[in-house]
Amino acid sequence: MGILSAFIAVIILILVPWAGVGGLGLAGLFGVIIPYGAIALFFCGIIIRVVRWSMAPNPFRIPTTGGQQAGLHGIRQSRFDNPFTTFQVMGRMAFEVLLFRSLFRNLSLRVKSSGQGVTYASAKWLWLFAIFFHYAMLITVFRHLRFFVNPVPWPVRMVENMDGWLQTGIPAIMISGLLLIAALIFLLIRRIVMPKLRYISLMNDFFPLFLLAAIAGTGALMRYVTGTDITSVKQLAMGLISFDPVVSDGIGSLFFIHIFLVSFLLAYFPFSKLMHAAGIFFSPTRDLANNSRAVRHENPWNYPVRFHTYEAYEKEFGKKMTEAGIPLDHPPETSAEKEQKSGQ
Amino acid sequence: MASDLPDPGELSQVDLTMPGTGWMDTPARIREGMYCHGARGKEIAALGMPNPRDWRVEDADWKLPPDWREIVLDGLSERLDRFRSLRIFMDTCVRCGACSDKCHFFIGSGDPKNMPVLRAELLRSVYRRNFTTAGKIMGRMAGARDLTETVLREWWYYFFQCTECRRCSLFCPYGIDTAEITIIARELLNLLGLNIDWIASPVAKCHHVGNHIGMEPQTMKESIEFLCDDIEEITGIRITPSFNRKGAEILFITSSGDYYAEPGIFTCMGYLMLFHQLGLDYTWSTYAAEGGNFGYFTSHETAKLLNAKLYAEAKRLGVRYIVGGECGHMWRVINQYMDTMNGPPDFLETPVSPVTGTRFDHAASTRAVHICEFTADLLIHDKLNLDPGRNDHLNITFHDACNIARGMGMLEEPRLIIRNACNNFYEMPEETIREHTFCCGSGAGLHADEDMELRMRGGFARANAVRYVKNRHGVNMLACICAIDRSALPVLMKYWVPEVEVAGVHELLASALIMDGEKERTMDIRGQDLPGGVKDEESSVKGEGN
Repeated sequence: MGILSAFIAVIILILVPWAGVGGLGLAGLFGVIIPYGAIALFFCGIIIRVVRWSMAPNPFRIPTTGGQQAGLHGIRQSRFDNPFTTFQVMGRMAFEVLLFRSLFRNLSLRVKSSGQGVTYASAKWLWLFAIFFHYAMLITVFRHLRFFVNPVPWPVRMVENMDGWLQTGIPAIMISGLLLIAALIFLLIRRIVMPKLRYISLMNDFFPLFLLAAIAGTGALMRYVTGTDITSVKQLAMGLISFDPVVSDGIGSLFFIHIFLVSFLLAYFPFSKLMHAAGIFFSPTRDLANNSRAVRHENPWNYPVRFHTYEAYEKEFGKKMTEAGIPLDHPPETSAEKEQKSGQ
Repeated sequence: MASDLPDPGELSQVDLTMPGTGWMDTPARIREGMYCHGARGKEIAALGMPNPRDWRVEDADWKLPPDWREIVLDGLSERLDRFRSLRIFMDTCVRCGACSDKCHFFIGSGDPKNMPVLRAELLRSVYRRNFTTAGKIMGRMAGARDLTETVLREWWYYFFQCTECRRCSLFCPYGIDTAEITIIARELLNLLGLNIDWIASPVAKCHHVGNHIGMEPQTMKESIEFLCDDIEEITGIRITPSFNRKGAEILFITSSGDYYAEPGIFTCMGYLMLFHQLGLDYTWSTYAAEGGNFGYFTSHETAKLLNAKLYAEAKRLGVRYIVGGECGHMWRVINQYMDTMNGPPDFLETPVSPVTGTRFDHAASTRAVHICEFTADLLIHDKLNLDPGRNDHLNITFHDACNIARGMGMLEEPRLIIRNACNNFYEMPEETIREHTFCCGSGAGLHADEDMELRMRGGFARANAVRYVKNRHGVNMLACICAIDRSALPVLMKYWVPEVEVAGVHELLASALIMDGEKERTMDIRGQDLPGGVKDEESSVKGEGN
């Protein structure tokens, strides 16, 4: 159900620019206006989301500790799984963001063949393909800088050269592109084949996978199959960032499909689960130090509560406490003292 | 134990296949044995919480206020502004499924809504519908749904099937913590008076009398003195602890389970013996007599309300710092909340061990030290005379308490104590200990009698690991540092892994502890004859004719 609607949605997204540019000749709309709108939505959306997150305080210091705490001399602290200082938190975050440390922990549950009892096995496939996907994505986006800057800066050329080291054809095959598509296929198949995954998946989990696959697919088609008028594309791209866009006639509709899908992705990003990319930096179980016993953490909305005071407690149980020999703050007067008082 | 509890053979046959209908179209079937009784009106009223009335889970009418939907949504809105955790955890999940098989309740029940991701989606779906653009426009397509009474019942059923153990949050690539979601969801349920009796009743007692079991001051003193009688019988040494004594150096607070029932009391005897041997200047309090905090299973405010007594009492008695006993969630509260909620404790000092001179700088602000930290420090400085041979009849394994492991990270201190006090120590498989530890299945206020099936299912993963070391190493003693564990694990072991007993770490330490002036030990802390002891040999000679 979710998978089908997601697939249909992406097909529609492909047909819209195809009809819009090929049929109605709206190249300006799809090449300029929509990309601008999408970029605006992307940045504004992300800023609004992030500002909202940051406005909500962390009332308590709640890191999930994944290793030995700092404390006694003679016991080795697990610095990056249970950080105590800001530097260690930065280390933990670096491991998390750059290497997906938590995902690397993944285990999978196996029911023993006897049906009695369970075991756990290491399960790093999700971690591996998540790494493939995100780094391939990063390299691919970085490579696209060549369209926006002239001359192409050396780091971009260097990455491109390294990425194309296979040199199996002309144009050179980009490994990042292959990995990106392979990882997307893996993530998609995983969602379809694994019953638990299929059960928890929403349309919004399939949709970005199809959308990204369509973006990567149209990109690959242009690069390896149909070819495209690179000069015109670069002219448009550079025009877009210098706010002086020119749409040349030479650009094929495949490019407009590609750029429309990218635009849609950008616009969709801030309103979707893709915001996990920014969210990880705000996750209180990861970005706070486990040092709340050493350094007081303030809760900005802390308010007083009326707890049951010792005075009230002693008032109720004082007699029993005296009989049991437990000292009181206000011992009851002995009968002799009382007499003395009343006699005065 | 409930009479209709299925036998272990039947219960261990867990069906992990997913239902044919989607989770939004599968309303919760509230099944007997899997839930606790609803909170009674007088206990809801005792803390001035909303909608006090008697109600029954089985009834069609839960006697909700007419505007219950607004109450919940307003409550959710308020908490979205107060807790960044909630906002982030609502927004960032990608449903990667890494958490799906990490929950002990899922492993033991196969119920898909016990997958942490779906437990969170129960709340997230309502959040999307009411607080996100995509959810408002696209509805179900965006995973959004309306808050109906069916959804509310589902919340109640599943947020009281989470023990807030945080195992899922360790594996989540974004650190989404179901414990946090459960805590906040329970706060929302409490706005409608939908607590469970097993939590509300201890909370009311703790608030009023000072501990979860409602033990009055004189009775508490008697209980502890009764333990001193037993210690005298075992060691020949008379201990006379003080209560509510002003001017003591240390206020000692532990969970009431430790002076109330077996096997917790044996751990408590361990504390008493250790402190006596050290000549520690400490006092018990009958007012702040509870280290545990069932308020934490109700709402942040209730947690604060009960926790406030600890500092108030430390201030009144004029102690220098607090030492806390072996307890799990008590220590998550002390480590991550107490100072923030009820501090700063300016009237206390940075804890310094009077025996070793060690300054516990990692507790410089909260000024509370865990007894395992305190004791491990003694052992590092070689200040205790131990005879681990007295524990040789035990093959020991250690169960990390969830809150201590994942809300604090005190992993090595208790192990250091066990290794010094015992010769036969075997770890369970690494996927089931330390930060990966499994819950006992009864935490977060769920260790009632009426939900025994839930508890046995929830504890299955833990028991499964114990069974492994029992078969492999002949383990017969499960050590732990949590009062709920000491109450829940014996039942769990009896059901899944018979013949494995449960002990606190300080019980094992006390067995091995050579005290000044003690008589030759012939009994362990439980009053059972030590095998191979002098008395044993004598009696075997005497009893030759038998």
